[in-house]
Amino acid sequence: MIQNLVDGVLVGSILSLGAIGLTMAMHMLRFANFSHAELLSIGAYAALVFDGLFGAIHPALAEAIPPLSLTWSLTLALLLSMALTGLSAVAVDKLVFKRVRAKGGELSMVFASFGVAMIIRNILGLIFGLNPKLYSQDIVFAIVVSRDPFLLIKPDQVFTLVAALLIMFILHLVLSRTTFGYSLRAVAENPTLAQVSGINLSRMIVLIWLIGGGLAAAAGVFYGLTNQISPVLGRDLVLPIFAATIVGGIGSIYGAVLGGFLVGLASNLALVLLPSGYSPAVPFLIILAVLILRPHGFFGEERT
Amino acid sequence: MIGVISYLVFFATVASILSIAVMGLNLQWGNTGLFNGGVVAFFGAGAYGTLILGGTPQAGQLGGFGLPYLLALLGGMVCAGLVAWIVGLLTIRLRHDYLAIATFGVAVAFETVMRNTDALGGAQGIRGFERPLRETLGNGFTYNLAFFAFVLILLIATYLFLERLIQSPFGRLLRAIREDETAAQSLGKSPSLVRLTSFVAGSVIMGLAGGLYATFYAFISPQDVLPILTFQIWAMLIVGGAGNNKGAVMGTFLIWAAWTASGWALSRFAPLEVQLYTGSIQFVLIGFVIVGMLLWRPQGLFPENLVVSQSARPNK
Repeated sequence: MIQNLVDGVLVGSILSLGAIGLTMAMHMLRFANFSHAELLSIGAYAALVFDGLFGAIHPALAEAIPPLSLTWSLTLALLLSMALTGLSAVAVDKLVFKRVRAKGGELSMVFASFGVAMIIRNILGLIFGLNPKLYSQDIVFAIVVSRDPFLLIKPDQVFTLVAALLIMFILHLVLSRTTFGYSLRAVAENPTLAQVSGINLSRMIVLIWLIGGGLAAAAGVFYGLTNQISPVLGRDLVLPIFAATIVGGIGSIYGAVLGGFLVGLASNLALVLLPSGYSPAVPFLIILAVLILRPHGFFGEERT
Repeated sequence: MIGVISYLVFFATVASILSIAVMGLNLQWGNTGLFNGGVVAFFGAGAYGTLILGGTPQAGQLGGFGLPYLLALLGGMVCAGLVAWIVGLLTIRLRHDYLAIATFGVAVAFETVMRNTDALGGAQGIRGFERPLRETLGNGFTYNLAFFAFVLILLIATYLFLERLIQSPFGRLLRAIREDETAAQSLGKSPSLVRLTSFVAGSVIMGLAGGLYATFYAFISPQDVLPILTFQIWAMLIVGGAGNNKGAVMGTFLIWAAWTASGWALSRFAPLEVQLYTGSIQFVLIGFVIVGMLLWRPQGLFPENLVVSQSARPNK
């Protein structure tokens, strides 16, 4: 039970990072982006490639930072991967979403996002193979925190949680203390009025994809660090991330953070009651429960 | 020669069954503007419903009620309608993205439940279904031909029903709501009720397709209700042209032919190590077809005939 709680918080932090970018893009561009979870896969694989590169350039970088299995090269790779994934999110928007948007039809965007997800997921599978991969082959033993109740935690999981919280805190500072943060909220509130006030809408859209992609990459790397990397990573996480945005209310960044933790906790606690085979269905149950109890989520506003 | 004909019958049967599902999606998406991200859930509900109601009892499994075939098929359609009604009731009043996410979710949940619940067949799927009239028609070519005729009749019936429906005042209402919900509401119409009706009706048609599919193979398993099927059915509708039932059928035959042919070509000509990735290559191709169509020809190959008003239509 305690173990499930702790695991839930750890998974929740990863879902939160993914959900922040998704909720921003969904709010601003008004479409359910089914390809967002594939950004996590791109991030995870990009970091895998960079990690290998740095390790080859300078062997000292490939040393693990005790007690983690994380290496210096992976830390650098994480930063590069965040940038690259942000850029690829911008590129996908330029190549596909922007053009479909210009032709009108929010629902065509949803279709397009499914198509994009399919293409990205399977191209990753073609490049990297269908078998799961790991950042490190070293076995890092979990630390027994307590024996009664029994609780195991891996050092990597603690790092992941701290890093995720740190990233979210930085984002919070940016949103609440900078002009950019104000502009972002203004655009989300009322795009037309924001433009009248001199905010460049298309630049804001690019920034949103950059941030969303960067956060997704971090989530992907953290997921890869605590689980494994595989081409179906995005497919497995798309529903939990959507559930997180719905719990928090579409458009609410703080809601997405809370939603991520709630979905992570609920999915892990559900394992106490249900056989683990059923866990992919849990996010759907959460979505249904939220739609019945609070159709606009905890922080969302009513909008058609 | 008989081999080719027999294969063509097989191909046409599957394509016709899928056409029915595509027309169901067309009612939802093409005519009403509802995004259904979980076609397989309704297709699957029809398939599982039909086999459970019409099958013979199996140890440790729900069902085996042995109902007469047509009743079982109807029951499958009711199952699909029920699932659609529950999902629709919760989401149809909300922003459209909620319906997209919830239907996507219901498909994931459906597959998960079917895969893990042994009473519903589990990963092994449901067997023990006697194909109707098998004793009279035998198991060979005659049977397949007769079943194809049966599917074709249902395809034509569905087509005529939907054509009548969209010509009717209800069909005009659907398009009115799709184009301008507020205007329709101002005329005293209830958009959410109409949309729910259309969503359930479309899902029932998908359920019919699922029931026929399960009958054809006399077997259904979670492997048949993977998300890729939703994706193929969309590609068929988008390529054919949303809003046009003829286009929907044409699109289905076209995409299904392309899918089968690409699968065959890859297994025949591709080197062995590439064959492992046949699925991935096909998925990428179909992804490009969808994105490409949306970018360059969003109205599809056979666009909808947009009618300004009944009286403005020529020759009528």
